[in-house]
Amino acid sequence: MVSITIDGIKASVPDGSTILQAARSVGVAIPTLCYHPDQSIKANCRICVCEVEGNRLLQAACSQPVAEGMVIKTRSPKVLEARKTILELILANHPQDCLNCIRNGNCELQDLAMEYCIRENPFEFKVRGYKKDFSTPSLFRDQDKCIMCRRCIEACSVIQSVHALGVENRGHHAMVVPTLGMDLIDSPCIMCGQCIHACPVGAIGEVEYIEDFLKAVADPDKIVVTQIAPSVRVAIAEEIGMSTGEMPMETFVTGLRQIGFDYVLHTNFTADLTIVEEGNELLKRLSTGGTLPMFTSCSPGWVNFCETFYPDLLDNLSTCKSPQQMFGALAKTYWAEKMGVDPSKVYSVSIMPCVAKKFEAQRPEMNASGYQDVDVVLTTREIGRLFRMSGLDFTKLPPSNFDSWMGAYSGAAVIFGASGGVMEAALRTVYEVATGKTLEDVNFTATRGITGIKDAEVDLDGTKVKVAIANGLANARKLMNQVRAGESPYHFIEIMACPGGCIGGGGQPITKANAKRVERIEAIYVEDENLPVRKSHDNPEVKALYDEFLHEPLGHKSHELLHTHYHDNQKKYL
Amino acid sequence: MSYKEIIAKYADKPGGIIEAYHAIQREMSYLPIEAVGETAEVFKVPVSQAYGVATFYSMFSVKARGKNIIRLCESAPCHVAGAEEVLAALEKELGIKVGESTADGKFALELSECVGQCQATPVLTVNGKPYFEVSPAKLTGILAEYK
Ligand code: SF4
Ligand code: SF4
Ligand code: SF4
Ligand code: FES
Ligand code: FES
Repeated sequence: MVSITIDGIKASVPDGSTILQAARSVGVAIPTLCYHPDQSIKANCRICVCEVEGNRLLQAACSQPVAEGMVIKTRSPKVLEARKTILELILANHPQDCLNCIRNGNCELQDLAMEYCIRENPFEFKVRGYKKDFSTPSLFRDQDKCIMCRRCIEACSVIQSVHALGVENRGHHAMVVPTLGMDLIDSPCIMCGQCIHACPVGAIGEVEYIEDFLKAVADPDKIVVTQIAPSVRVAIAEEIGMSTGEMPMETFVTGLRQIGFDYVLHTNFTADLTIVEEGNELLKRLSTGGTLPMFTSCSPGWVNFCETFYPDLLDNLSTCKSPQQMFGALAKTYWAEKMGVDPSKVYSVSIMPCVAKKFEAQRPEMNASGYQDVDVVLTTREIGRLFRMSGLDFTKLPPSNFDSWMGAYSGAAVIFGASGGVMEAALRTVYEVATGKTLEDVNFTATRGITGIKDAEVDLDGTKVKVAIANGLANARKLMNQVRAGESPYHFIEIMACPGGCIGGGGQPITKANAKRVERIEAIYVEDENLPVRKSHDNPEVKALYDEFLHEPLGHKSHELLHTHYHDNQKKYL
Repeated sequence: MSYKEIIAKYADKPGGIIEAYHAIQREMSYLPIEAVGETAEVFKVPVSQAYGVATFYSMFSVKARGKNIIRLCESAPCHVAGAEEVLAALEKELGIKVGESTADGKFALELSECVGQCQATPVLTVNGKPYFEVSPAKLTGILAEYK
């Protein structure tokens, strides 16, 4: 421990702490921009400068370690003046666009401009004038707003190992660009949206489809149906000022009806269905010498990654569509038929934690129903905006239930939202299908948690099945390289593109630290515990679906509607 | 030599990327995007990184440009010594502006920072070869060497 003084407060802090860490530990706030709690120290923005007695130059608090006896001033006039100048310099070429900006109200730069009372900027105002990149259906880039903190680059390269972003030029002309200065769609970007979370400002954001949705609601001919992904409920609360997990499902459902949905259904229903199909696919591969290990296929960012970086392993990917797309295919066939409505009038909206889902919905092969199966994908953040736009008070809304048919679900579906959840859900089903016995304890805790790579072994009445789970694509890459080298000991591998799984998806409320992801994971398992049905194959509506429509897992109808194929999408430049 | 052969020559050298880029530019005066991609592959770095290097240094260009690269120093000492008049004369003589190349593909005109020859300002370089105390009158002679 070292003894230091910060703004007159005497403190004893661990050796090697930075000034920033030391200050925060005694409740002194220091502003930051390039600093990110889960990333390496970049120290390129200088907004965190402080005075250290005996030093003529101001020190960057995020990178400067404390030393014995150090006397630090974080709010002296000299410090405040310097920070203000730094802000003014940043703002001198930053578009004055807050009112139209996707991060209005949730922007680290805007907050600082407010805190430091930026009024008239003495520096000449000149926006750099880049063109916005709207080349992907998932996320856009607005380089003029970039403050060059490089947090997105680290997310993309270190967490995802995609390396779609880098710096072009240097000094004043330096800019973050996709590979070779191309549009994002031509780079290896897999559309996970993790760079959106990393970005402190509105330089990267999701492509919004709010207008399309409102237009459909206004159209009396359209039957607007929604599905909600498992991880959305735990996080939506954060968008409307409640704490994580606090929004009761029944209130959420009422809220969705209020903003215009005619039918509120659940992706969890098709998550259960996915498990039945995928579990049977695994058993079939195991018994018939099919390609192993089998990879899960419900994370579209991961599917993009596999198509881009491991096209040689596409046969390992489960042919099951993601729950979103299974739902889409069924909504305009089975559901429309059951409800006696014209499928051409069904407008299918999915509410997802994910921006890659926007791309997935627009894949040309996702039209098994004869229409585009899912018309529009809205992220958790967009739903948050719609809620705020409608002025709903969630403390006063009465509860309501999901509509029947494709609204019922088990706890196994809920845990799809967390890394390891698909695996656990599959094991609950596979065990019972393979052994014919009842699984007494449904909790496979080895598969849980935010750890990058987890593995476990399950005994199916003598047959040992080895499974592995990865979240974050840099972790997935390690497992993939093993498979490519023919050295993988596993039979079944679950991969989620985003850290922590869907709860940390690119469309979730802006997540400034991994600690938030851990909180959401906890909320997911609480929900699972509290449900009466916890195994996918016990979902009564799924049973009915097989009885009335699909007849058997992996059967003819399933193949037509619920399974897909993949494409080699190796980019010329990776 | 093709860019592939050039890159292969530097593959095992530490810091070989920059040397390979220089060598490619000697051959083709700029770094075609394909060459940057190939460099990334050979040196086993992400393309975004190889591209970062290619655009970081002002002497590299990833855009096609004239064969002979004229770079006029624009740092203060050269500026004071009349670099501006030299520039105007160059632009007139070549019929292009800074950052452009002549239609016949012979010359590209660029600016550089101090090249460390401030004893004999203004300074310009053609393909790295320095010319000292340049004046508008000397330009025709210099350019003739490359025609
Ligand atoms: S990025 Fe932030 S500061 Fe910039 S326009 Fe958007 S909200 Fe305003
Ligand atoms: S969306 Fe994902 S892959 Fe694409 S640039 Fe952002 S972090 Fe990289
Ligand atoms: S795009 Fe955002 S995260 Fe990336 S460098 Fe710019 S400001 Fe930082
Ligand atoms: S936060 Fe310390 S330099 Fe950016
Ligand atoms: S200033 Fe031009 S060479 Fe030094």
